[in-house]
Amino acid sequence: MSERIVELEVLRFNPETDAEPRFQRYSVPCMNEWVVLDALNHVKEAIDPTLSYRWSCHMAVCGSCGMMINGEPKLACKAFLRAYDGVIRVEPLANFPIQRDLVTVIDDFITKLKRVKPYLVPKSDQPVEAGEFRQTPAELKRYKQYTLCINCMLCYAACPEYALVPKFIGPAAISLAHRYNEDSRDGGREERQQEIASGEGVWECSFVGACSEVCPEHVDPAGALQQVKIRSTVDWYQEHLMPWSKK
Amino acid sequence: MRPELKIALVSKVYPMRSHTCAAEGGAAGVIKSDDSMDHHFHDTVGGGDWLSDQDAVDFFIREAPKELLQLEHWGCPWSREPNGSVAVRPFGGMKKQRTWFAADKSGFHILHTLFQTSLKFPSIQRFDEYYVTDLVVDDGRCCGFTAIEMRSGQIKFFRANAVIIASGGAGRMFPFTTNGAIKTGDGMALAYRAGVPLKDMEFVQYHPTGLPNTGTLLTEACRGEGGILVNKNGRRFLQDYGMGPETPVGQPVLKTMELGPRDRVSQAFWHEQKKGNMVPTRWGDCMMLDLRHLGEKKIDERLPLVRDMATSYLGVDPVTDPVPVRPVVHYMMGGIDTDIRAATSLAGLYAAGECACVSINGANRLGSNSLTELLVFGRRAAISAIEYLDGGTAVANETAVTAGADAAQARLRELFNRSGGGETIAGLRKEMMATMEEHAGIYRSGEGLEQACSTLAGLRRRYASIELHDKTNVYNTDLLQALELGAMLDCAEAVTVSALARRESRGAHQRLDFTARDDTTYLRHSLASYRNAGPPAIGYSDVVITRSPPGVRDYSGEQK
Repeated sequence: MSERIVELEVLRFNPETDAEPRFQRYSVPCMNEWVVLDALNHVKEAIDPTLSYRWSCHMAVCGSCGMMINGEPKLACKAFLRAYDGVIRVEPLANFPIQRDLVTVIDDFITKLKRVKPYLVPKSDQPVEAGEFRQTPAELKRYKQYTLCINCMLCYAACPEYALVPKFIGPAAISLAHRYNEDSRDGGREERQQEIASGEGVWECSFVGACSEVCPEHVDPAGALQQVKIRSTVDWYQEHLMPWSKK
Repeated sequence: MRPELKIALVSKVYPMRSHTCAAEGGAAGVIKSDDSMDHHFHDTVGGGDWLSDQDAVDFFIREAPKELLQLEHWGCPWSREPNGSVAVRPFGGMKKQRTWFAADKSGFHILHTLFQTSLKFPSIQRFDEYYVTDLVVDDGRCCGFTAIEMRSGQIKFFRANAVIIASGGAGRMFPFTTNGAIKTGDGMALAYRAGVPLKDMEFVQYHPTGLPNTGTLLTEACRGEGGILVNKNGRRFLQDYGMGPETPVGQPVLKTMELGPRDRVSQAFWHEQKKGNMVPTRWGDCMMLDLRHLGEKKIDERLPLVRDMATSYLGVDPVTDPVPVRPVVHYMMGGIDTDIRAATSLAGLYAAGECACVSINGANRLGSNSLTELLVFGRRAAISAIEYLDGGTAVANETAVTAGADAAQARLRELFNRSGGGETIAGLRKEMMATMEEHAGIYRSGEGLEQACSTLAGLRRRYASIELHDKTNVYNTDLLQALELGAMLDCAEAVTVSALARRESRGAHQRLDFTARDDTTYLRHSLASYRNAGPPAIGYSDVVITRSPPGVRDYSGEQK
């Protein structure tokens, strides 16, 4: 059945037994249409049951299987073997501590996500019984793209600023804050601005745009961050030059 | 709102990884003026081949729109009509358009809305990547559970007076499934081993349209939006299986042809395959899902994920070519036996969603009822748990409770330290999957099921001798997979033993040797009760019939 032997070079690290990470080579018989995750699953099932990594949906929506594949942040379930020649090097997502093998510690992202209040702070307190908040397709379109973030953290692995300044809130969390800011039903922007317009927020971003390039869902976090910058600048001018205009 | 309650949200994955994220099509709830609660009731009861409890269905459909509106108020990005009201789309087996949707990522948006909203509540403390191993029971009450913290390998005891299980399905018992790797029936097995029966486990839903290589789901909304299914001769063969007459291409008519219910469509595939009418591919026989007439614009607007999945995983662009698809294991109608209050027979234990069986889905779930179900009964489970806590729980024997937790821990340690067993996780899992595929699929026979029961009994015995390859503590997925396999084996045996006992054909349970529905004997829920050694004991309970006596399922549209 197999059509090709793929050589995987996988980072291994077990904090209980290893002083530092090492690479392990596996020769994997693969079908042509397989993704890197399929190859890893074959390793786990038939070659080495001790390999650890996260995965679930195999359809690029659960966000579990982000890894560095030949140095690029990718979802292993969407990294097609046909796109690679030679040895494929598989490492845990960059910029996060390694817990074991390809599993990273993501506490930092989880904490930042909570800080930006990624939930609706309703503009009006209309009860549920009164029916839905009206929202036109055009209003939905303003923020829809930013709802598509699957929290896979590829953008953090790609971001040169996050690598240098770990306190940077980062692309995904800021994009989610922006998603709620742009929602016509929301009135929570000022609360979120305290986090995302701060020194640890958008002003850390140097607009390299790597986040948008690697985003598997085409969320365009770089675009979101630039919009937040513009909105924050307008806020500053309104506050300092036109204090009477403050909402 | 009860901010004084201490709530632990314990999950084997980070909550946004949960498999609800893969649900595509939408969530059913009556909202449009041409629809009615009665329509939703009759669609659901008929769709379930009259095995649904009608009081539960009534409760479900009344609560459905409220829960969907609540999600809207929490920010769910539902797709909209031009006037800003929530849009609905047609779905299989539903007589009216009532499926709320967020493009074709409805489950994803529901899950993220719930998870993100939960961050608002300081009383919810999360325990991410904890695998629950055992419920701790004392004197007929659930007193908590033990769980492995994946990052440390430590076993923790959660002392809780009320526990709600919402752990989803068990599709991974089968080799070809839409279910993610995490859907291994863990929650069902927890309750089952603690003495709560698993109800109606023989009813396993095949979704008709999975990608043939990966099993990736292409949502029923493909057909709701006007996609058609054809055989190798280009014939829309559903008209030959009681779902005709043929409707005009691209103008779907509700509750007929491609909008027939999932069990009937998958069964029609099986018959066409036997007749040699399917398209052979290297991944097996397929039917063709043709979306081309919808045009690129509509496909991109309504079905962007479908286009992405078919193009990337199969190399077929639905804009230019029909997509080969075949039925794939998708959903367990059965599960933890719960009542209309989401309560189990074990005091203090509740369950909701796919892991539970109320039952509103009966013998066949209608697409888009399950997302709503988890919302409606998720809330109901919480309310029941609070009522139970407010009622004052009996004082537990804390020594006995701690001993229970210690015993659970000792069992794990035994598995961890075992050596010389010789059985492998991958080996047993493969045999289980092959057995389920061969004997517990779309059509079953007494002979095949007997063989499956005996194979599974053997696998359960051999499971006692599996040996871990990995004996370290941090993020040990070898251990995790061993525990998941144990859960799946228990669930799989409940499926086949229940299926063997049900000598009739109803909904998703079709017997080649008993082809008719038998209301006299089997208009009842099956209840599989766990036994440590040997197969489960099968009992039955009555179906609640309030206003719809068993009738004929009619999917010939309004055209007869």
